[in-house]
Amino acid sequence: MTQRPDATTAADSSAALAELQSAALAAVTTAADLTALDEVRVRYLGKSGRLTAQLKALGALPKDERPAAGQRINEAKRVVQEALEARRATLEEQRLAARLRDECIDVTLPGRGQTPGALHPVTRAMRRIERLFANAGFSIAEGPEVEDDYHNFEALNIPAHHPARAMHDTFYFPDGRLLRTHTSPVQIRVMETQPPPLRIIAPGRVYRCDSDLTHTPMFHQVEGFLVDREATFADLKGVLYDFLRNFFEQEDLKLRFRPSYFPFTEPSAEVDVQCVKCGGRGCRVCKQSGWLEVLGCGMIHPEVFRQVGIDDEQWLGYAFGMGVERLAMLRYGVDDLRLYFENDLRFLAQFA
Amino acid sequence: MRLSESWLREWVSPPLAAQALCDQLSMAGLEVGALEPVAPAFSGVVIGAVEAVEPHPDATKLRVCRVDAGEDELLQIVCGAANVAAGQRVAVARVGAVLPGNFKIKKAKLRGVASQGMICSASELGLAETSEGIMVLPGDAPVGEDVRDWLALDDQAIELDLTPDRSDCLSLAGVAREVGVLNRLPVTEPAAKPVPPVHDERHGVQLEAPSACPRYLCRIVRALDPSAETPLWMRERLRRSGLRPISPVVDVTNYVLLELGQPLHGFDLARLEGAIQVRRSRSGERLALLNDETVELDDDTLVIADDNGPLAMAGIMGGAASAVSETTQDVLLESAFFAPPAIAGRARRYGLHTDSSHRFERGVDPMLQHRAIERATALLCAIAGGQPGPVVEAVSEADLPQPVCLLLRRQRIQQVLGIAPDDAEVTDILGRLGMTLEPHAEGWQVSAPSQRFDIQREVDLIAEIGRIHGYDAIPVTHARSAAFTRAPREMAFDLDRARQTLVAHGYSEAITYSFVSPEQNAWFDPSPASAAPLTLANPLSAELSVMRGSLWPGLIQAMRQNLARQQPRVRLFETGLRFLGGAEALRQTPSLAVVAVGPVVPEQWGQERRLADFFDLKADLEAVLMQTGRLEALCLQAPSSDAEAHPALHPGQSAALRLGEQPIGWIGTLHPLLAQRLELPTAVQLFEIALDALGLGERPAFEPLSRFPSIRRDLAILVPAELSFEQVRQTVTEAAGDLLKQLILFDQYQGDTIESGRKSLACGLILQASSQTLVDAEVDAVVQRVVERLEQTLGARLRA
Repeated sequence: MTQRPDATTAADSSAALAELQSAALAAVTTAADLTALDEVRVRYLGKSGRLTAQLKALGALPKDERPAAGQRINEAKRVVQEALEARRATLEEQRLAARLRDECIDVTLPGRGQTPGALHPVTRAMRRIERLFANAGFSIAEGPEVEDDYHNFEALNIPAHHPARAMHDTFYFPDGRLLRTHTSPVQIRVMETQPPPLRIIAPGRVYRCDSDLTHTPMFHQVEGFLVDREATFADLKGVLYDFLRNFFEQEDLKLRFRPSYFPFTEPSAEVDVQCVKCGGRGCRVCKQSGWLEVLGCGMIHPEVFRQVGIDDEQWLGYAFGMGVERLAMLRYGVDDLRLYFENDLRFLAQFA
Repeated sequence: MRLSESWLREWVSPPLAAQALCDQLSMAGLEVGALEPVAPAFSGVVIGAVEAVEPHPDATKLRVCRVDAGEDELLQIVCGAANVAAGQRVAVARVGAVLPGNFKIKKAKLRGVASQGMICSASELGLAETSEGIMVLPGDAPVGEDVRDWLALDDQAIELDLTPDRSDCLSLAGVAREVGVLNRLPVTEPAAKPVPPVHDERHGVQLEAPSACPRYLCRIVRALDPSAETPLWMRERLRRSGLRPISPVVDVTNYVLLELGQPLHGFDLARLEGAIQVRRSRSGERLALLNDETVELDDDTLVIADDNGPLAMAGIMGGAASAVSETTQDVLLESAFFAPPAIAGRARRYGLHTDSSHRFERGVDPMLQHRAIERATALLCAIAGGQPGPVVEAVSEADLPQPVCLLLRRQRIQQVLGIAPDDAEVTDILGRLGMTLEPHAEGWQVSAPSQRFDIQREVDLIAEIGRIHGYDAIPVTHARSAAFTRAPREMAFDLDRARQTLVAHGYSEAITYSFVSPEQNAWFDPSPASAAPLTLANPLSAELSVMRGSLWPGLIQAMRQNLARQQPRVRLFETGLRFLGGAEALRQTPSLAVVAVGPVVPEQWGQERRLADFFDLKADLEAVLMQTGRLEALCLQAPSSDAEAHPALHPGQSAALRLGEQPIGWIGTLHPLLAQRLELPTAVQLFEIALDALGLGERPAFEPLSRFPSIRRDLAILVPAELSFEQVRQTVTEAAGDLLKQLILFDQYQGDTIESGRKSLACGLILQASSQTLVDAEVDAVVQRVVERLEQTLGARLRA
């Protein structure tokens, strides 16, 4: 057995170890990045690292000194190892921080992809009306727009030459058919085919031969009616109070029922709401009256029941009809009826 | 119906301000459309007496007047009116007066002569639209009095928008009656004593159509003074009711029409030949009317005729030949009851509408004729002298409207109105309305007064109770809710969902008119029936005359307008009816149509700008149809011949749409020629589907999810260029069998790097088994099968 050249005294080796440890710790602290740090690890703790070499050299020591020396070396390794890990954590943190910094984006750039279009305001208002009445148990019915005289007029107690026909500027076809002037014929069509009780809402296009600032030849109405064993004018008021207060989302909205005349209802009323623009104080929208006429209504006329074969002693009913464009104008503040049919994207986009 | 407040208050004057009175009328169903001053604001105008008129030294058309305006000294006023004369009473705007339009009267010199004011014309005071010369006041007008006070111009005109049922209120008397009822006040009518005849001359009357005219009264009034003028008070009342004063006879008949609601007519007696005949017109008879039009009569118009033929269209308009003129001295006054069915619609048929026809077709009180003719006689004789003869009456009692007696049930009132007024209130309300009531076990037997044509049924009485009780006094109740709603079928096509889908895909909803121009309709509706489309008899214009056979013309129009407004990208949809099959076999088909032009997405950063093409629209169509659950049944059939092609679409970039066997519509690129004609870009994409053809969709049916991994294999194949992808898809699907879960086409290429006449398709096959993990051998076998089948049946080759 040959003596190892670096075999030395315990005291000498202890001092050298301390020096080595300090040098290793200094190298850890100054390692600028993870690669440098790894080099430090290899240099001191690698297979042929300097601290590892110390362990390998233990054999050169006298047997009784080996445990204490080994303990010292392992302690030094542990200290260096911990320092390495701490430094690694720091450097990794710094590296992540740098990466995140690099990946930073301008969150104020516009979003990408498709931009949704918009529903037409008339549809929007009509959907709302339908939903409100659906909540009250009304189902939707539709009818033809090219109608016959019977359903549009005759069955609604508007015989030929009735002055009320003059109130409907009717578009006719050469064969005597016509474009429906209101959605009320749906009332007749439903009552002809379905037995009471009935709760129906009938939205749709209607036509009048009239075109100026405040009239378009086509517009939309929603007709509603109920037929049941019991139905009173007071109930009709209840339904319309509920509807209009919900539609305008004003719980204390004031309503006014004015006696009026429709050939297919008796009694009949026009319903005014307190001006939703000025709250009833008077403004341009309500022509200073404080009131806005929004719908017509009444109890279904016995003659209408007779036409469809419903016994008016057994059944009662009420009906109401409203112009959708008008309600939408009031709700959304649209001030020109004609805009509804120009389909200007700048207009439509406002109702997205 | 227009009347002045002051006139109404002569009859009945409730303690209400004008606006409150109008509100009360509106809330009682007589809607007040307007409340307007009868004269514009002016001040400082007094009654003056023209003492002397001298010519102006320097102007031929001007006169220098000396006017007593009630001041210490006479005023010197220069006047340009030709009709100014000494002795007249006139309206004098003194210095300091303010005329309508804030026109201030100052001291002035006209051609060197000082003028201390102005003599006014009616139009200068806002009392007439136009006037010739100054307004001459009656000789008894008090000099110095304010004109405004003397004419009671601080008055308002009430414009009533009456509903057609309330013909009883088409007169001052009717409105006064209603105001009396509403305010529980008596109504004072002007004294109306019969005018005794001063001669015994009777004009013959033959009622040849007694059901149309059950009562006809006439009366000769001779020796009227042709120079007589309608007094100012009557002219003012007519004016305030919107009528223009014309001559005493016409003015008196109009006045009685306004006052009592009875239309009257005055014939020039000298122009009549033989007895009055009230009869139906004979087809082809001609009549020159007062409005200078000549009409050819049909055989269903009631006329007043004499031996020479028709004199007047009964109840509608008089004839020119028998009209009273400036020289008329002898008149025949007519006061008749024409039954509404005999008049209704006739005026409109001839393009006429008169105050008279308006009343007769709604109903004139059949008991009013005597009173009206007496009132008119009295007024006419007071104004123009005249010698009245006896009133001649021809009547068919049996044809007069019979009073209706209605049973009014107590219980029914509550059933209809939801209120139970006590008996005293019911009898009070109906009594005030002039109804007579007899007690009945269930309620009352009620008769309505003769002017109330609208009271025909029990419910009409109930409506009157509600009206006078006040609709606002009827409570607001909520009926019990009943569970009988009919909810739509789950798999019915949900149009709202389709709308939302399109909105999410960047489309906005348009609403276009259902009538379009015949030309555009023919371009877009390919059906043979479009050659004879449903056409309006009375369109607003030719451009809006044909019921659309497609939603495309309206949408294309809207697209053009938006492009013209500098929108680079227009995506619109519409839902609504199409009118197919022409007039003969009309089908009103609910449809949905879409048009798109411009980039797929709005201009943005980080994305290439790409114009929407056929396949973008196809994806949008599929998104809409997704909810049917039958997307695999959607088939696009490219037209194989010109006859099959859609005339509005590019024949090589369009397809007829089928869902299963059912044709549902078309998709494609707008035909380049049509695009050119419409001045549109060429890449306009469209589709249109019939919603009723979609039927019920397929309800989702759950399939278990595989727990095992899937495997993807990619294939690049070369196939003949004309081969459709659908053929490839079908072949692959059949060959691969159940294991194929998805076939993805991720590239299509045709060009230099491959042989001509071929195209390259790159597909991904996703394979998965439901009960085990697939092994390579199984997958290889499937791919092998697919490749062989493609080679054998489609002549495909794997791409190297």
